[in-house]
Amino acid sequence: MNETEMRQDGSGPRLQLIKAGLKRRYAKEKIFRTLGIAAIFIALLMLAVLFVTITKNGYGAFEQTFIRLDVAFDASVIDPEHSGDPDVLSSANYSGLVKKTLREMFPEVKSRRQKRDLYSLVSRGAAFHLRTMVMADPGLIGTTQTVWVPADDDIDMLIKGHIKTGGGGGSRVKADKAAWVDTLVKKGAIEKRFNVAFFTNGDSREPELAGIRGAVVGSLYTMFVTLMLSFPLGVATAIYLEEFAPKNIWTDIIEVNINNLAAVPSIVFGLLGLAVFLNFFELPRSAPIVGGLVLTLMTLPTIIIASRVSLQSVPLSIREGALGVGASRMQAVLHHVLPLALPGMLTGTIIGMARALGETAPLLMIGMVAFIVDVPSGIFDKATVLPVQVYLWADSPERAFVERTSAAIIVLLVFLLIMNALAVVLRKKFEQRW
Amino acid sequence: MRRDEIIRAVGKPFLEDESVKISCRNVNVYYGDKHALKNVGVDIAEKEVTAFIGPSGCGKSTFLRCLNRMNDTIKTCRVEGEIILDGENIYDRNVDPVLLRARIGMVFQKPNPFPKTIYQNVAYGPRIHGLARNKAELDEIVITSLEKAGLFKEVKDYLDHPGTSLSGGQQQRLCIARAISVQPELILMDEPCSALDPIATAKIEVLIDELRQNFTIIIVTHSMQQAARVSQRTAFFHLGDLVEVGDTNSIFVNPEHKLTQDYITGRYG
Repeated sequence: MNETEMRQDGSGPRLQLIKAGLKRRYAKEKIFRTLGIAAIFIALLMLAVLFVTITKNGYGAFEQTFIRLDVAFDASVIDPEHSGDPDVLSSANYSGLVKKTLREMFPEVKSRRQKRDLYSLVSRGAAFHLRTMVMADPGLIGTTQTVWVPADDDIDMLIKGHIKTGGGGGSRVKADKAAWVDTLVKKGAIEKRFNVAFFTNGDSREPELAGIRGAVVGSLYTMFVTLMLSFPLGVATAIYLEEFAPKNIWTDIIEVNINNLAAVPSIVFGLLGLAVFLNFFELPRSAPIVGGLVLTLMTLPTIIIASRVSLQSVPLSIREGALGVGASRMQAVLHHVLPLALPGMLTGTIIGMARALGETAPLLMIGMVAFIVDVPSGIFDKATVLPVQVYLWADSPERAFVERTSAAIIVLLVFLLIMNALAVVLRKKFEQRW
Repeated sequence: MRRDEIIRAVGKPFLEDESVKISCRNVNVYYGDKHALKNVGVDIAEKEVTAFIGPSGCGKSTFLRCLNRMNDTIKTCRVEGEIILDGENIYDRNVDPVLLRARIGMVFQKPNPFPKTIYQNVAYGPRIHGLARNKAELDEIVITSLEKAGLFKEVKDYLDHPGTSLSGGQQQRLCIARAISVQPELILMDEPCSALDPIATAKIEVLIDELRQNFTIIIVTHSMQQAARVSQRTAFFHLGDLVEVGDTNSIFVNPEHKLTQDYITGRYG
């Protein structure tokens, strides 16, 4: 069979060969595609497991058990001389009021030990709650009010079904306490409500009073410092290295070192921050300014690398077009290259910031792991951040901190989701074609 | 061969009269170790179209990019020799490449409008050079430039549309409008029609012929027919050497050098 015959005959051996091979090629493609889909599916499954577990553990923390007390704001306890002086009002024995109310609700309780158990039904925050009420409205003195106060964390856990009562010494809630709770439930004096305190309070030793506001605000201040320092520095460095710097051994060394910095374990940056910012520059310990500085060191390489890549992706023809009409290099970069590279730079920055938001180890080194109750009011105040708060709570023995830990993780993940969504939106918004 | 020796290409590389706009002597260009352009010496006449032709990699684009120092942006590129524009060597220390490029415009092989509106594309040059005192003057410059580039009629209702939304040929004319908006003395065109269809090409060629009244034009082209149609003088490059320069007519009708003859008769290249 000669060549012309083969070409004309559609069923010739050459085509047979190709057809046979074709099947194999398609089979390979199919296997590859199946593997890809399987990989995506497994990744999504992992993600779903993560979200489901955390939500399951954490959603309970968004509710808190409250106990109804009919408190008689006795003038002889609060302000015996009717002075109306705020100092007197604020230093009055409010926990005595709470205790008195509880005794009246359960008159059968007599022994000292039983009384102590009874008082521990409600949170220590109850007294503060009453004080706040009186300070806001001194007219309450002398009246009897129905007040919902947070229950103790053990009671909260009991109501939510996380711990069981038991006669033995093993349980944190004794049988008589459980009986009182039952009585309260029957009277309708126990209720689960939305846990506002979780979002408005700082940290606390008492789980029912502990909130994430301090950590969220601390995180925001720290991120603010990080963004303000790392974005301009990173972008300026990238522009200089990419557009202006000569290509020689020195810039090569700089480039290698920037790439190395990106791979340095974050705790090393924490030690560096401890040595340089705290010990040498004597900046305040545990402050967002130091946290921000340390995270800047960590985020800078990421931003520089991402910015350089997005500068490189701007076609040369745009630069030449600008230079061709007589723009200086600076003008070509600022007017034409930078606007096109900006979406990539922003994406890189937000990804770097998201990583910084979740960073814990370096912040432990500079003292942001301290127990701080107050919500910080500036970048020099003592503060903690969300991931460190998670770490602190995860380390606490109280059962109620378990769900608060998960709730804090949910808040952290929500922040990360918002930031990553922002990255996508910004990229879509500023994306330009050429 | 001595470096400073002027290698004469055959034909008529040097002009005796006053019409010389640019005169080049002993121009050598290196990309790293590669000697891309060897001892080129040629004069470019004013208000004429000069075409650079030659096979791929012969150095014609490299030479063109030397004339407005666009090669400065290539880090490994080194230029030696003299390129005299109106009595001044453009590679002198005290010559500002930014000012030079305001005098010598450039149109590139692939249309490269900025990803901005048509108006902003043309207004950019005058704006950075401060050529317009107010909005009215700027409008005037933009409209005249678009008219000269033969584009105004087609885009006058779309000035606020992105320049990248135009067709390839329109984009290239927009780039020409952008180049002439700063009123350069010289326009360099680096294969301006290689990415265009024949109809768009014809329009650009007509435009080049009109622009010759006001500007000195140098065009690099792969198409010998195009060189024959639009240029008055033609220079033939081969492997980094300038082989032959002369009036377009005489080069195409009666080439002196064997290589030129082979190239224009299509025996290679």
